[in-house]
Amino acid sequence: MNYNPFSLAGKTILVTGASSGIGKAIAIECSKMGAKTIISGRKKERLDDTFSLLQGEGHKLILADFQEEEGVNSIVNNLETIDGVVHCAGIAKPLPFQFINDSVLSEVLKVNFMAPALLSQQIVKGKKLNRNGSIVFISSISGILCSFVGGAVYSASKGAINGLVKGMALDLAPKGIRVNSILPGMIDTNFLKDGIITQEQLDQDKKRYPLGRYGRPEEVAYAVTYLLSDASIWMTGSNIVIDGGYTLI
Amino acid sequence: MELDNFVKNFADQFEETDLQLVHAGTKFRDLEEWSSLAAMSIIAMVDEAYKIKLTGDDIRKSNTIEDIFNVIISRK
Repeated sequence: MNYNPFSLAGKTILVTGASSGIGKAIAIECSKMGAKTIISGRKKERLDDTFSLLQGEGHKLILADFQEEEGVNSIVNNLETIDGVVHCAGIAKPLPFQFINDSVLSEVLKVNFMAPALLSQQIVKGKKLNRNGSIVFISSISGILCSFVGGAVYSASKGAINGLVKGMALDLAPKGIRVNSILPGMIDTNFLKDGIITQEQLDQDKKRYPLGRYGRPEEVAYAVTYLLSDASIWMTGSNIVIDGGYTLI
Repeated sequence: MELDNFVKNFADQFEETDLQLVHAGTKFRDLEEWSSLAAMSIIAMVDEAYKIKLTGDDIRKSNTIEDIFNVIISRK
């Protein structure tokens, strides 16, 4: 039996931030669902690793760093016509509010908000997204639903994405292009393991999730593949919460 | 002198704490106002004032304010 409304066979999907974490899992799931997957990221070695884990044929890899001026262009210039894009590239930089400054604000907003907004704009304007295409943003529960200690800048960047999704969905509806986002709670990746927050704090935080643990990257990826597939063809402007029940309490 | 200055910068991160309680030998976890936000503020203050990037783990392994100061000195 071949019935599968969630299939991505015949589709080409671009996944940014595919060198690690949620982006990596999404790239792999897309390939498993039959998509030709174009992955981008800033770390070559890790991107190669993701690439080696993709199933099937015809995938492509583009090196791009959104902290650089040329980041967005280097993707668009190397892009063929696609059916979907998933914006996963993101940084956190937790910092107590009284210590935020121009450079942190610029850096985080650039990578988490400006780059995905402009990349989408250039893809659409360049007519590189097919009719019935799907744009998916990985936002966060931090921003419009809650935040965390030292999370003001990150939350601002993610909250901005949720507003962007609403406006884009409306403007792109005539083209049949759908725009949605996922709001994950904390996912078990190395995202926050590079310093300022200790493992102890993370272990403590985990206990606050009604479902008893942090999410796994593939648990976000399953929802993304749904949003990329024709199964969600009548869905646009939605923010899907996947947080183990965290924001219920 | 540098240590005194660090203790002052450390104390600056607190609002309610009696400054008499904050000296080089203070076990900072015993301060009532100590929290994960305070730890994050200390890390941010050290980055700003000393251009050294401490990790949460550096704080976790330290007991006194001077311990943190020594980590900074060792990284200079």
